[in-house]
Amino acid sequence: METTIAGQIIDLNNEGYLTDLNQWNKEVAAQIAQEEGIELTDGHWPVLEYLQEQYRNEVPLSIRKVGKSGVVDIKQFYALFPGGPLKKASRIAGIPKPASCI
Amino acid sequence: MKDLVILGAGTAGTMMSNHLAKRLPDDWRIRIVDQRKIHHYQPGYLFIPFGTYKEEDIIKPIQQFIPERAEYIQQSILKVDADHNRVYLEDSRVLDYDVLIIATGTDIAPEEIDGMLGDHWHKSVFDFYTLDGAVKLHEKLESWEGGHLAVHISEMPIKCPVAPLEFTFLADAYFEQRGIRDKVKISFVTPMDGAFTKPVASAHLGHLLEEKGIEVVPNFNIMSLDGERKVITDYEGREVSYDLLVTIPTNKGADYVERSGLGDELNFIPTHKGTLQSKAKENIFVIGDATNLPASKAGSVAHFEGEILLENVMRFINGKELLDEFDGHANCFVETGHGKALLIDFNYTHQPVSGTFPIPGVGPLNLLKESRMNHMGKMAFKWIYWNMLITGKHIPFVSSKMNEAGKNFEEANV
Ligand SMILES: Cc1cc2nc3c(=O)[nH]c(=O)nc-3n(C[C@H](O)[C@H](O)[C@H](O)COP(=O)(O)OP(=O)(O)OC[C@H]3O[C@@H](n4cnc5c(N)ncnc54)[C@H](O)[C@@H]3O)c2cc1C
Repeated sequence: METTIAGQIIDLNNEGYLTDLNQWNKEVAAQIAQEEGIELTDGHWPVLEYLQEQYRNEVPLSIRKVGKSGVVDIKQFYALFPGGPLKKASRIAGIPKPASCI
Repeated sequence: MKDLVILGAGTAGTMMSNHLAKRLPDDWRIRIVDQRKIHHYQPGYLFIPFGTYKEEDIIKPIQQFIPERAEYIQQSILKVDADHNRVYLEDSRVLDYDVLIIATGTDIAPEEIDGMLGDHWHKSVFDFYTLDGAVKLHEKLESWEGGHLAVHISEMPIKCPVAPLEFTFLADAYFEQRGIRDKVKISFVTPMDGAFTKPVASAHLGHLLEEKGIEVVPNFNIMSLDGERKVITDYEGREVSYDLLVTIPTNKGADYVERSGLGDELNFIPTHKGTLQSKAKENIFVIGDATNLPASKAGSVAHFEGEILLENVMRFINGKELLDEFDGHANCFVETGHGKALLIDFNYTHQPVSGTFPIPGVGPLNLLKESRMNHMGKMAFKWIYWNMLITGKHIPFVSSKMNEAGKNFEEANV
């Protein structure tokens, strides 16, 4: 599904996640964050970069992994992305929704 | 003489010892190590709390399933020295290897959650992922008069991710049979978006929870448990109170993995997802629950991995290029209670699909539909497990790669 975000044409899947990380940039992130009710601050970017790096290295992500990353602890992660931190942060970072079972 | 060592004689390790005994050249010695004497049929743990199986129905001596050609060593593994191709055992024996296969699986780690262990453990807070937990839970359920049962997943990944849901369905049916369903409130508390998180599964199966009157508490990431107040709290301060908590604690790989510097933060071992070679060393391969692969941790997955791993070990020792073929194929029966079950089939890239299995268009099993036949399939799995799966025999019609015929597909969002 193609849509326009921050003036660019972006491919999204049916749950609103980017299907191509190459289409991601900071303006796109800021607008998706706004849809999630989040105003991106200096504290958010290192987390988003960490998630993207893990994704590129094919490392499966979990809240615990983010909590042990040294970038943020779990409480800070929740404070930055209230609700479902990993789900929301992944969407804003332009990477797929974290895998889960069925 | 060359040496191949297998760590772990559970589902995957036992299966590999049987595969390799048939294929490895004569100048190879096979040794397999496990701390236990007894092999547990873990899928049977699910049925113990409800009295369907007893302990003796699901255990057999490990030795019985190890081929003659392999030496079985009952010892705890202390450490792998990957730089020097050595394994250290608790009795201070040292095993040198040319090729190592790690199959030590995963176990529960309730100590990871603040307050989960304590006087209340196996009194009002139970697991059923260990034989001991399942047996104690059975005793508890038999005398339980009702109240709030919360079935809870601490964090992902866990092995057999559908087991908690199956437990919930079976509990619903069990209380109905005992005539106390109206005295029991059942909640399903999960860190995921919902009980079923993949859109296709949730569209097909979401109604089951509603029909059975099961409340779902989604997005609950547990921070702590208060055994006295009988409350669990998540990172956002939400509380769920319970009378009886059946939890799936954090699942972790074995401790020696950490001591050996081979694991991630949960002691799962970084593994190439198509070849099953470890990322740390070329002569270490990993199979089953011990890997960090984004596939389900299930016996059926270990089975599908086994065929590819066998091929790759043979290629490796002959200096040939590895097959990069494992597709994450998983297939699980899901008990839904009252003698019915569902069957789901999926892989790294395809969501659970509807259709028939194992023979396209014929079945006899129906994917994603509740049926008595599927339940019989689940119960027959025990026989298949002991007689075909861990003994490394080919299971007719079932191939390691997902068969795409006869199934209705939709791409997964991964
Ligand atoms: C409740 C429940 C229900 C399930 N239902 C199903 C189902 O319906 N279908 C399905 O396909 N799968 C099911 N599974 C999952 C399945 O049992 C596992 O995925 C499978 O057993 C994994 O095999 P494995 O060889 O990787 O690990 P395991 O079979 O767990 O074997 C690991 C072995 O390593 C040994 N070990 C660990 N550490 C050490 C050490 N330090 N020293 C020596 N030995 C060690 C252990 O003793 C153990 O024998 C279920 C699991 C549970 C708990």
